[in-house]
Amino acid sequence: MKIHASIACLSAILASAPALAGPVSVDSPWLRETAPGAKAGGGYALIRNTGKTEDRLLGGRTSVAASVDVHSMAMDGNIMRMRPVSGGLAISPGGSVALKPGGYHLMLMGLKQPLKRGETVTITLRFAKAGEVPVRFRVEPIDHQLGGGHDQH
Amino acid sequence: MTSTERRPAPRWLRPVLWLAILLLLGGLAAAALWPRDEAAGGYSDAFGGAFELVDQNGRTVTDRSLKGQPFAIFFGFTRCPDICPTTLQRMSRLKRQLGPAGEKLRLVFVSLDPERDSRKLIGDYLSLFPVPITGLTGTPQQLARIIEAYHVYREKVPIEGGDYLIDHTATVFLMDADGRFFGALAHGEADDTSFAKLRRLVGA
Repeated sequence: MKIHASIACLSAILASAPALAGPVSVDSPWLRETAPGAKAGGGYALIRNTGKTEDRLLGGRTSVAASVDVHSMAMDGNIMRMRPVSGGLAISPGGSVALKPGGYHLMLMGLKQPLKRGETVTITLRFAKAGEVPVRFRVEPIDHQLGGGHDQH
Repeated sequence: MTSTERRPAPRWLRPVLWLAILLLLGGLAAAALWPRDEAAGGYSDAFGGAFELVDQNGRTVTDRSLKGQPFAIFFGFTRCPDICPTTLQRMSRLKRQLGPAGEKLRLVFVSLDPERDSRKLIGDYLSLFPVPITGLTGTPQQLARIIEAYHVYREKVPIEGGDYLIDHTATVFLMDADGRFFGALAHGEADDTSFAKLRRLVGA
């Protein structure tokens, strides 16, 4: 019974997987615009793992910054603590992880040029299993994905 | 009939009483006039106090020069990729939502990274936001003073490559037009809650 259920479940997952797009997909990637002279930037995306095994986002590389790391942001009382995610950010099989303001983000350090809104920057993300995945990130205004953009009241 | 004057007061009592009254009045006056940030007793005096810093345009800004206008003050650093831009953007949006009443609300950003945040960098950074924000920096000693006054937590966290991050207080402090602590916006607080506090702060 259990085995049958597992097989049914598995075939359902396989059926819904995007055709040969690889087990990892990256949706709505964006970078926050930065000021001239800024040395750090933040990047966000929704990462899905359509594979059968866990994968881990280890980091990335880009021509516009010296390094790209995955960081977490956590509140400790009223104190913000930011840390590199050691060992990579796990994405469970069939699951997804959102990099979004106030949580996980890509930390671009040593920016070589400002991130200007409207521009597109390629970051090659590095996964433990899926390997290198080049992703085109769009540079968005500073208030992107923060909600409340429509000033009612 | 004049029984109260049966025992005349000794000659020395009168100057002693006068002295006592003068001391009492002096004490009351001192208590009333003593700078509030020195009192440090009541909750309303727990945050804020004297400081002297410089803004992104090179102008000296002190606790006294900010008086006359309520302000919302936040501490961060320009390399902070997430919470700082997110919080400053939220403050900008709420100020705009206040409409004309929001014009008297000043937004203040204090850099906790004097080593790397130059005035120019702070100015360029703040120019990304849709409303004017006063950006402040100073010498490490000057910054230590305001950090102490607002009980701000700041800890450098070294990371690979000789770089560092800064863990810091994420609270936005609200100060009234007299420079007294009015309240705070907590990180993650509902917009409606923050908006209601800001409305009371500006008297809208």
